[in-house]
Amino acid sequence: MADGLINLTIDGVPVSVPPGTLVIEAAKQAGVLVPHYCYHPGLAVAGVCRMCLVEVEKAPKLQIACATTVTEGMVVKTQAVQAKDARQSVLEFLLINHPLDCPICDQAGECELQDFVFQEGRAGTRYAEYAKRFNPVEDFGPDVLYVPNRCILCTRCVRFMEDVAQEPVLNVSERGDRAFIGIHPEARLDHPWAGNVVDLCPVGSLLSKDFLHKARAWELDKTASICTGCSQGCNVTLDTRDEVVVRVRPRPNLEVNRYFICDHGRMNYRWINRGDRVEAPLVRRDGELHATDWDEAFARVLGILRGASGKAVALVSPGASSEALSLARRLFSAFEWTGAFQVVMGEEAPLAGVPNLALRAERAPNAKGAEQLGYTRDYAAALQAAASAAVVLVLDDPDCAVKTEGALIYAGTTLPPEAAARAADVVLPIANVAEEDGTFVNRDGRAQRYYQAKPAPGMARPAAWVLGELAAALGVAEAV
Amino acid sequence: MGFPHPPHPKETVLLSQYFGDPEARSHKGWVKRGGYEALAQALKMQAGEVVEVVKESGLRGRGGAGFPTGLKWSFMPKEKKKPHYLCVNADESEPGTFKDREIMRWTPHALLEGTAIAAHAIQAEIAYIYIRGEFTEPWTIMEKALAEANAAGVFGKIRIVLHRGAGAYICGEETALMNSIEGKRGNPRIKPPFPAAAGLFGMPTTINNVETLAAVPHILKRGATWYKGLCLSNPKSTGTKLFSVCGHVQRPGNYEVTMGFPLKDLLYELSGGMRSGRTLKACIPGGSSVPILSREETERTLLDYEGVVAQGSMLGSGGVIVFDDSADMVYQIMRLARFYAHESCAQCTQCREGTAWTTKILERILAGQGKTQDLDLLLDLSENMTGKTICVLSDSCAAPVVSGIKKFKNEFEDYIAGKRKPVMVA
Repeated sequence: MADGLINLTIDGVPVSVPPGTLVIEAAKQAGVLVPHYCYHPGLAVAGVCRMCLVEVEKAPKLQIACATTVTEGMVVKTQAVQAKDARQSVLEFLLINHPLDCPICDQAGECELQDFVFQEGRAGTRYAEYAKRFNPVEDFGPDVLYVPNRCILCTRCVRFMEDVAQEPVLNVSERGDRAFIGIHPEARLDHPWAGNVVDLCPVGSLLSKDFLHKARAWELDKTASICTGCSQGCNVTLDTRDEVVVRVRPRPNLEVNRYFICDHGRMNYRWINRGDRVEAPLVRRDGELHATDWDEAFARVLGILRGASGKAVALVSPGASSEALSLARRLFSAFEWTGAFQVVMGEEAPLAGVPNLALRAERAPNAKGAEQLGYTRDYAAALQAAASAAVVLVLDDPDCAVKTEGALIYAGTTLPPEAAARAADVVLPIANVAEEDGTFVNRDGRAQRYYQAKPAPGMARPAAWVLGELAAALGVAEAV
Repeated sequence: MGFPHPPHPKETVLLSQYFGDPEARSHKGWVKRGGYEALAQALKMQAGEVVEVVKESGLRGRGGAGFPTGLKWSFMPKEKKKPHYLCVNADESEPGTFKDREIMRWTPHALLEGTAIAAHAIQAEIAYIYIRGEFTEPWTIMEKALAEANAAGVFGKIRIVLHRGAGAYICGEETALMNSIEGKRGNPRIKPPFPAAAGLFGMPTTINNVETLAAVPHILKRGATWYKGLCLSNPKSTGTKLFSVCGHVQRPGNYEVTMGFPLKDLLYELSGGMRSGRTLKACIPGGSSVPILSREETERTLLDYEGVVAQGSMLGSGGVIVFDDSADMVYQIMRLARFYAHESCAQCTQCREGTAWTTKILERILAGQGKTQDLDLLLDLSENMTGKTICVLSDSCAAPVVSGIKKFKNEFEDYIAGKRKPVMVA
């Protein structure tokens, strides 16, 4: 107690936790996952599924680990026979009205009902010869379907909408075994953060229409990433199947996004899979861009940089990594350099129940990082400066209306037919966010890493590699 | 008195003295009968003194749990830092129980007076009386009585609010009742926190049953010692208790007797015994949520908290349901299980699914399609439904099933063996 911690034993493992900690959280420290459904660390405790029943020495009956706070000297036994029997019976009760349609259920493979039944459920059912509860599938909102037959009424979705989104459109309707999750008859589940109910649902009852029947959970590869939807910097997981991003889900980070992401971020992944990519370096020859190899492209860029002096302008995307942005500045160490970026703006959509969490108006992940590296928001001035600059670098901004008398280098993922960057002398194909490792700095100045989820197409390489090679050749890679 | 029957000499008439006397319903009539003297006396006392008197009297909660009332009041913070609330549980929905209804119908001012005394004792400024939605007549009478009492200004600073339920059994559970008053779905809350720490609107709250509070004015007026003397058996159970007798007796109704009164006298004498040619088979002594007693156990039972427990059941709310030898226990138990399946709030898994599953098995047995292993299954489900949920609704469903199978196993086996004509239940 000297250090202000509470000492207890869970399944024989001693743990020390701060006062007020719930047994279910303390158990995680002992490496014990107490099976549970209604409990979620991001939601208010409900204590209704009764799945996390454990034996606590000296308590007259089994206790739910999610609503029991630790006390000094407490001895918790999650594997006591009584506790295991009680949990097995909860699983049996949960399954009697469950359709067991795992083969056609999106949740299969990442279903907590499957997992815990497999872990400690009964082999067979004793609920013989009775009809199961049936209710038709309901369309809850733009991206959410409700399959009531699979629902275990844990109420995570209800509590999320009520306490976290603070738009209480869901409830538990009816009583007894007729109960189901109801939606207000005049409301839709269209809150900008509503998609989280799909992640929160421990079973296949709330489904994303976007992900419906797209992939089986076990086919997915998962990569830690950062959402590019705005400057909040929500931590996400990119789910890829056969090197295609098929889903974005929140990755818990208590400091940034807790357990949630907004629907804008969730749906903002299709561009990652675009097929119309620049796949090879291009160089201008006889007034036309021609595909070539990296050697020729690098030689052409180095020739431009070594042969020019005076003003250089970098027009960059605030979605580029800090690594790339840093090198895009170092490359011009010998020049009089100006760097700028422009940010697409949108409407802010806060998540009411979580302080400092919102879909931010600035719809770019690394504006802060660009600012820290000396890039300005005065894009118009930079564009004007570009007109008379000796060298202009456009970094992954295909919409940039660049015009220059000097040399134009474009490093980008795409090059649409109408892009001003088509006037470039050299085009360098680069990887997008899912194809490289990198760092974004969120609006609060938090630098966060993201990792490569799939290979870049063709000869495209991460911008930091491309610019790094050039900087190294110029001898400016080490420092400004 | 044995309303609607004439009083029986073996009754101890205290709460039911004016049952059937319409004049007692009015403020004027109540005052003429000595009403509101106890309240006036209480308001002159310190809150703590009132608590001590009630503690000393040995009064225990009449809603079912039998928790010592004075002790419950003493859990409220002595130093008042937040608003305190009193909730009065008048949601009497326990099958077989109809005593609070009669108290409100005939002596509304007894409840109002007890409520005001309790509110004073726990330093509550507002008392909510949560009246069962189906109680239309008691509601009207209570409304009128409250208006008259308010007009007479008898409550001082205490405000009494009537709140009407909407027809859910579970809203008689104390924390579900508080949720219901707050305008939320009537779901029981996880405890702790207990109401005395965080109850109605998150504030320190005490909740008492109608009959409990109706006894309080008598205790104040006549003293704790006198009340404590009302005891025929165990000294831990004091005072009088209203028993609502229903089922196969000649004179069903409410009977008020001293704690410790023999159950057999209540059935065979006060209630007039079985119908002619019939014998007693079983009895549920404390409302539908308690274990069923066999005839032998019934005849041995003394009606106080300890006496009923000694026979394997509970005093509960005092709703005595009587079955004679014509009763089909399997059917009766199925009806009880179906009630709980209907009323489960659906929060806890065991209760939501278990009550309905239990009902289905019982229906199947009645339909002649039962299997021998069904009885073990019922017992196992009941075990899994007991002591594992937020409130005791699930336990209440299990209690009659377990005791029924234990004591009337042959009736179940006859259905399963095809020896009884199947009953198709709608």
